Amino acid sequence: MTKVGVVTFPGSLDDGDAREAIRFLGGEPVRLWHKDADLQDVDAVILPGGFSFGDYLRTGAIARFSPVMQGIRRFAEAGGPVVGICNGFQILCESHLLPGALIRNRSLRFVCRWVDIRVESPVSPLTAGVKTGTVLRVPVKHGEGQFVASVEDLARIEGAELVAFRYCAPDGSVDEVANPNGSAGSIAGIRNERGNVVGLMPHPEHAVDPDLGPVGGEPLLVSLLEHCMARAGS
Amino acid sequence: MTDEEYQAVVGTLGREPNRTELAMYSVMWSEHCSYKSSKVHLRTLPTEGPQVLVGPGDDAGVVDIGDGMAVVFKMESHSHPSAIEPYQGAATGVGGIVRDIISMGARPIALLDPLRFGPLTDERNRWLFGGVVAGIGGYGNCIGVPTVGGEIAFAEAHSANPTVNVMCVGLASADGLVPSRADGEGNLLVLMGATTGRDGIGGVSVLASATLEEGGEDNRPSVQIGDPFTEKLLIEACLELIEKGLLVGLQDLGGAGLTCASSETAARAGTGVDIDLDAVPLREEGLEAFEILTSESQERMLAIVSPEQLGDVLNVCREWGLHAAVIGSVVGDGMVTARKDGEVVAVVPAKSLADEGPEYERPLSPMPAPPAATDPSTLTVSLREAFFEVLGAPNIASKRWVFEQYDSIVQGGTVAGSGGTDAAVIRIGGSGRAVAVSSDGNGRYGALDPYLGAAHAVAEAARNVAVTGARPLAITNCLNFGNPERPEVMWQFAESIRGLSDACRAFDTPVTGGNVSFYNESGGSAIWPTPVIGMVGLLEDHRRAVPASFPQEGLAVYLLGETQPEFGGSEFADVVLEEVAGTPPALDLAKESALLAVLQEAAGAGLMASAHDCSSGGAAVTITEACIAGDVGVTVELPGDQLTALFSESASRAVVSVASGDTMAFEELCQRHGVPAAHIGETGGFGIAFVGAFGVTTAEARTTYETAIPNLLAG
Repeated sequence: MTKVGVVTFPGSLDDGDAREAIRFLGGEPVRLWHKDADLQDVDAVILPGGFSFGDYLRTGAIARFSPVMQGIRRFAEAGGPVVGICNGFQILCESHLLPGALIRNRSLRFVCRWVDIRVESPVSPLTAGVKTGTVLRVPVKHGEGQFVASVEDLARIEGAELVAFRYCAPDGSVDEVANPNGSAGSIAGIRNERGNVVGLMPHPEHAVDPDLGPVGGEPLLVSLLEHCMARAGS
Repeated sequence: MTDEEYQAVVGTLGREPNRTELAMYSVMWSEHCSYKSSKVHLRTLPTEGPQVLVGPGDDAGVVDIGDGMAVVFKMESHSHPSAIEPYQGAATGVGGIVRDIISMGARPIALLDPLRFGPLTDERNRWLFGGVVAGIGGYGNCIGVPTVGGEIAFAEAHSANPTVNVMCVGLASADGLVPSRADGEGNLLVLMGATTGRDGIGGVSVLASATLEEGGEDNRPSVQIGDPFTEKLLIEACLELIEKGLLVGLQDLGGAGLTCASSETAARAGTGVDIDLDAVPLREEGLEAFEILTSESQERMLAIVSPEQLGDVLNVCREWGLHAAVIGSVVGDGMVTARKDGEVVAVVPAKSLADEGPEYERPLSPMPAPPAATDPSTLTVSLREAFFEVLGAPNIASKRWVFEQYDSIVQGGTVAGSGGTDAAVIRIGGSGRAVAVSSDGNGRYGALDPYLGAAHAVAEAARNVAVTGARPLAITNCLNFGNPERPEVMWQFAESIRGLSDACRAFDTPVTGGNVSFYNESGGSAIWPTPVIGMVGLLEDHRRAVPASFPQEGLAVYLLGETQPEFGGSEFADVVLEEVAGTPPALDLAKESALLAVLQEAAGAGLMASAHDCSSGGAAVTITEACIAGDVGVTVELPGDQLTALFSESASRAVVSVASGDTMAFEELCQRHGVPAAHIGETGGFGIAFVGAFGVTTAEARTTYETAIPNLLAG
């Protein structure tokens, strides 16, 4: 069974939900503690949502120095699949495993809402099994989800097709109305150049169980599990 | 503290209290902690039933939901601090109620926030509103407890004194509840969490037990500052300690701080405690004994631990990065003894502090009869115009601007959360069961008739729970009133308690606890009597939870209950007639009970595609909300006079949609319970057609409903 490590930092909130989603989809969740650099031979790692270390100072700024991040950096350098969700995305940016940064929403208010996102690239563990252009309904819930990057970085991100997801209308068209936080280019998630590290603000783990609402997160996490199995098989 | 109260202290101690002891009495015998004005009335509430595991008097109430599981819940007020510093006032309110739930041994699984403000046309009210909502979100979102409900109303009577209540629901195993008791001589007192500082000294006496007058900002030092990150660590550490069976007892530090936590746990166990104030981790040097004993610094818990398990307890705290210090021990003499710098600074009987506070039977005097209501049929405004006025009224309009600032889905249990639902539905692990929770209170009804206002609040809460298909189990409450030393306010309180009692008895939903918030007035002007009810219900199968919105086209639409021309205190009267006058709608508790039975039975049999409570704004609003949330049109023909049919707020009604194959069974069920069920139309089409009155497109209704509050906030 595919083992997916889910990191718990002090202040992580959606770690239990991420573990439950992996279990729901047939994977084996493994709890990883922030003080432990040993990743216990997992096949993939999820950095979950929440407010690690209270997000004091700056979102993700303290979590990046946790021992577990040393293990995750090595894991990523070896090509291991790493997914950052919400606070996890912020931590990946702070750790420079992904370019750019996440700052306060343009509205200056926290936003919890179901949104549509469009899959922009098949090159990531979350999207390898999902057709580009697919529109998925998933929730966002964050106060600091506005993706920003320098002009050069943004050009590089767009040029190298590092955008994994964009906020969009239900029909897939991208416009500012559908952008919940003012992100540059309506960017909801990006990947690294190698394609094994991906971060996104929306919460796929909260969108897998039909009893609770839409299931736009299911294809993404199924893709992650299948991607891990393919890696293990090759 | 009054002279008589001081003399009672002298009598108990057999001597004059010293300054530290006096400070302890002053916070514990404050209105907020001692319930001295309300006790005689609260005793008349029904509190027992087979479902009640823990009733009033503990940190929170507990009801049995079967399968060895228990639901723990409580509501509290943080109105006074929120009026002074809205963000921190509201934030620390969330923190406090969450600790009440943890201290019972339960994991907090849901928060609800009933709020009342003055009109948003006023800039200060907008500041209070924005700050309170941001504070609730800022704290709640950071601790991983979903905020799934609560209601918001606006009225001039709340301009000077906003009402900020917060309810928390927790889940525990029925045999895993942790007593809030300091049992066992020789056991240790371990103070966990944040350090102790000068914040919030005398919060319960300075803020919560006196009226706010001009210059209230001077009280800002009495408002505490929240640290939700530490709260999250406290939640996880405490739950781990409980799961590992390492605690003898657990109590939160809230109002009156260490004095309250130590004296209450000792009084409950019939023991005493010996506290070394030098062992309390301090935020700054030089705190005096009374400051350490009464500080309301947030995010602290007091654990009672056996010496053998101390090492394990400290390890768990260390792993979560949490301060923990042994500050004393349980003793057998029944006294709270505090030491500092090697000297005894206070020796007071625990029971005297916690249980033997003063009790008053304050004079009552009925308030003057409200003005007579205008006959609405004399009105010249068109039904269509009135409809948009009511739908766009801040009390009715969508609260999306608020609930989108709250994380409503964390913990993965929210079957129905904020927006478009009458009650939140939270499923319980893998059991298939769910709890339905609602908070309710109608200020205008209470202002016109406090007895009926309170009874309506219970009825609406029960109905909101029942429309989801759940069985109402029990209530908690927060009773928000003006100055109890005024006979008129005290009469409003007594009448509200009578209304609460009667309704709770009729629905078999005992009161498991709650909170009284007095002194919500300034300049001689009090808030309306505002009893807010938090109702918890049980759904056997969360997949059978009934939505409030019309789920599809082609369904038969029914209006259950009887409609009379009842406009007193209605939304229509408020926004169209611009008056709060007359008498509120009548409430027949037997008819309400019959409706509750129909709703539960129909849901259990899978007969309802949707069910939505009919209350503020009347049937027009109920039907429109079901259309907007479901994005489905409807054509209905309401019987009788259209003004009454559309806007009357007659009680004990609901709008239900039923699939065509189920209509016979549904009608038969209603008949059996004697609940009138009028088949008023069908879902479908582009708009909302009230045949014989007017029609609107769903889109224009949605625009009015969704933009009202954002437009007001834009100034």
